[in-house]
Amino acid sequence: MFKLEPRAAPSKALTLASPLIALAVTVVIGTILFAALGKDPLAGLRMFFVEPLRSGYALAELSLKATPLILIALGLSVCFRANLWNIGAEGQFVLGAIFAGGVAMQATPDTGRWILVAVLGAGVLGGMLWAGIVAALRDRFNANEILVSLMLVYVAEMLLSYLVYGPWKDPAGYNFPQTITFLEATRVPKLMQGLRMNIGVFIAAAAVLGFTLFLYRTFAGFQLQVGGLAPAAARYAGFSSRKALWTALLLSGGMAGLAGALDVAGPQGQLTPYVPLGYGFAAIIVAFVGRLNPIGIVFSAVLMSMFYIGGELAQSRLGLPKALTGVFQGLLLFTLLACDTFIHQRLRWVGTK
Amino acid sequence: MSSNLSKRSLLKLAGWASLAATAALVGCGKKEEAAPAAPEASAAASAAEAVGPLKIAFAYVGPVGDAGWTYAHDQGRLAIEKEFGDKVKTSYVEKVPEGPESERVIRDLVGQGNVLIFGTTFGYMEPMLKVAADNPSVKFEHATGYKSAPNMRTYDARTYEGAYMAGVIAGSMTKSNTLGVVGSIPIPEVIRNINSFTLGAQSVNPKIKTKVVWVNAWFDPPKESEGAQSLLNQGADVLFQNTDSAAVLQTAEKAGKFAFGWDSDMSKFGPKAHLASAVINWGPYYVKATKDALEGTWQTGGVWWGVKEGAIDLVSVSDAVPADVKAKIDTIKAGLKDGSFVIWKGPLLGQDGKEVLAKDAVADDKFLGGVNFYVKGVEGSIPSGK
Amino acid sequence: MTGLTPESLALLIAATLNAGTVVALASLGLLINERAGVLNLGAEGMMLVAAIAGFATGVHTGSDWLGFAAGAAAGAVLAGAFGLLVIWLNTNQYATGLALSLFGAGLSAFVGITYTQQRLPERPHFAIPGLADLPFVGPAFFKQHPLVYLTIALAIGLTWFLMRSRAGLVLRAVGESPESAHALGYAVRPIRLLAVMTGGALCGIAGAYISLVYTPLWVEGMVAGKGWIALALTTFATWRPARVLLGAYLFGGVTMLQFQMQGQGVQIPSQFLTMLPYIATIIVLVLISRNPTWIRINMPASLGKPFHPGA
Repeated sequence: MFKLEPRAAPSKALTLASPLIALAVTVVIGTILFAALGKDPLAGLRMFFVEPLRSGYALAELSLKATPLILIALGLSVCFRANLWNIGAEGQFVLGAIFAGGVAMQATPDTGRWILVAVLGAGVLGGMLWAGIVAALRDRFNANEILVSLMLVYVAEMLLSYLVYGPWKDPAGYNFPQTITFLEATRVPKLMQGLRMNIGVFIAAAAVLGFTLFLYRTFAGFQLQVGGLAPAAARYAGFSSRKALWTALLLSGGMAGLAGALDVAGPQGQLTPYVPLGYGFAAIIVAFVGRLNPIGIVFSAVLMSMFYIGGELAQSRLGLPKALTGVFQGLLLFTLLACDTFIHQRLRWVGTK
Repeated sequence: MSSNLSKRSLLKLAGWASLAATAALVGCGKKEEAAPAAPEASAAASAAEAVGPLKIAFAYVGPVGDAGWTYAHDQGRLAIEKEFGDKVKTSYVEKVPEGPESERVIRDLVGQGNVLIFGTTFGYMEPMLKVAADNPSVKFEHATGYKSAPNMRTYDARTYEGAYMAGVIAGSMTKSNTLGVVGSIPIPEVIRNINSFTLGAQSVNPKIKTKVVWVNAWFDPPKESEGAQSLLNQGADVLFQNTDSAAVLQTAEKAGKFAFGWDSDMSKFGPKAHLASAVINWGPYYVKATKDALEGTWQTGGVWWGVKEGAIDLVSVSDAVPADVKAKIDTIKAGLKDGSFVIWKGPLLGQDGKEVLAKDAVADDKFLGGVNFYVKGVEGSIPSGK
Repeated sequence: MTGLTPESLALLIAATLNAGTVVALASLGLLINERAGVLNLGAEGMMLVAAIAGFATGVHTGSDWLGFAAGAAAGAVLAGAFGLLVIWLNTNQYATGLALSLFGAGLSAFVGITYTQQRLPERPHFAIPGLADLPFVGPAFFKQHPLVYLTIALAIGLTWFLMRSRAGLVLRAVGESPESAHALGYAVRPIRLLAVMTGGALCGIAGAYISLVYTPLWVEGMVAGKGWIALALTTFATWRPARVLLGAYLFGGVTMLQFQMQGQGVQIPSQFLTMLPYIATIIVLVLISRNPTWIRINMPASLGKPFHPGA
């Protein structure tokens, strides 16, 4: 019978190959699904893997989706490495959007461009505040961060709803639940005329660099990772788990808040009940598929964005159901997790009993 | 940690490799030019003057199978196909979320050569405006909105007429004199419907009162049935809704009370509870819009159609409804058709007792469009955070 | 509260029992999981797939009970796949559970596409003869679907099982210290798998209840977060079945109460009322987690940690 036994050292080949194998398996199952639905599998695959990359417009759209995923996943990767399960990034995203929107609404036609910094900064603060609640409750009361952060997602959504239906509603908006459209000065500048891509891409790139440095070159980053991998050793070495808790949560909250601010001051341009887009949850998959590694996260964010956009295109052009996107994303994560086990363990045939 | 660094560089190599592979794949396909030039060019190429069927596309906010709002729109789309046959080619995208996400979908519809595009929910307004500005030769039709452009017009249905007629039946059938409404989102359209429902009931039964609960969504069956159950618990025995699923009707059926269908004929979902369905018939307007596009007579503007134009109707009136009430409904329909009957006519009192419409004053469309108060007889307050 | 008559209070109680049953059932299933040391974050996904499985079966066969069986089977199968991954391949429990949730959401939406316009045959009414006619308590307690009573019985039975039976003791041992249990000769991994699959089956029944009884329709995402609430509930209830019931009814009650308050014209914005159940959960979580010793005593010690026999 087969026996799973630990390897002496993690298999380098599989570390690389595992995401590709997972992707391949997902593609194979996808092909079967397309055929089962009576659609041309090649056309289906093209929608997911080729169309989103085909033109400048398509790439711009891809960047709009990938940027928030990268930002949030970077923050989450720090959390997960520290063994802190922040499931509530979606709520932190919403709070970031709320704070950013609140600042943006203060702008008058005379306000200068500097207000964008304030808007984005407010977003970071909002996300940090929301994650800070989770950290505080865990720090003082030992409350499980998974559940608290998750409950706070619902609270955040209701808070947004209250604001856009009530005190922040646009008085000239026929009583529809939305704020005023933000003035031009507060909007995230686009890179090119006609494309929706904006400077968020540069912010994401800078973040990737920053996190790479933090995780692999600073002592604080090192402490955080040891704390997650071997908590007893970390305690023995005097690494403060409390510091790790606050650092990780505030960092991931801030990143999620930044993503929310970029989205609201960018493509959305106002606060509406449609601000929560599910990025906070999708970023969890992105973080995992990217192996909690900043460069890996960039690739997995691009992949996930392709799934999103591909799913939309598959629906509008081929009549395939939109639910496919969710199936693919879940499947990818599943197969990845299964493949990953073989990095640290291997299957051996042991003689029959 | 050093293994991490080498892992990273190996990963980077793999990444470049896969990127190269993708580039090769892309290179095999036809490369389009960047951005707005592309959608505009293809749209112009397949513009109305060209040969070939007129390509029409619909963006739906819900699933076609919702048996409510989106289902009704899709029936309208099918009416276009039936009327024009080979001269048109229709397609749709369902479950397009409201807000900026829809912009991508609408742009893609333009990019596929559609020249007449229908956006069937309020939340597509800003995205459609943006896409309309970039594509002057494509015509856009937006439902339930208030902004337009030279190539984008708005259309809506006088759902409050259906609500009024339902109210007449509700007022006649209630025994507890308490009516319940499951509200979706507190925008003027919905509040107007709640008011019209109440006015209709009061016209046959001045003693009724209306209770309202808000689920804060267009379509959320579990919440809708919880809301419905709560209304029943508070003494309502006839339910009405402005939400898009059959959950309210089903809850009433389970409890042995009455309810109505909304947006489309929901009678099969609650055969004993169903009193009537206030339906929207988008067919007549969609056919007209298509005709305008085909004949080149399309012009911007705003349209608000009701019973008179065949856009609103009260159908499948149950046999449990007495004959005299049925007759009353027929009279009202006839009156709406020839303009002799007006629903929103003074004297009309608000919830606080103050007069909102003077005696014999008739509310114009502007007044109706901005209704955000409850009439007397409706209990509770409009959620607005004030 | 003005307007709260005995009749409407009785109906409110009945609605609370109904609403609470879904979460209670799922939570009891998760409790079995967690007592064995496995945390399954995929509850939401399992419930969704079970909901469509149950609904589809109900539509095609006309039988509710077959629908429940289908839901249970769907939950058990998904839980089994999850179990194989986390128990034998030792994948990270949190990530795998999340993947299950996402996959389940997508799969259920996908399968459910053709079922959105379907409806089930007429729903039966349930009432316990005799008891249902009693004033006040009749409509409040005795007109429920049989599953409501079965859930209460399950909670009682589970308490007995965990505290008084040998099998329950073994389960708890596996959850507290799998190494010791393994040393004593118990097959830790098959026991965990069994616990996980049983938990999955119960989540499945809860999911089927939503689409067959609670709102007899199929709509994408109709579980609407109840799986996550059920997860919170097990911690909330410190892994005791009776407390799970109480917590579930509390949650259901607050949900129904907010509609009641809207109807009464209470001046609080509806969004704040909708927030109540979630904030209540956080508060209770804080209160019970406050004492780390207490948590250590009550929480299964190996919860969430992988087990390596012979490691």
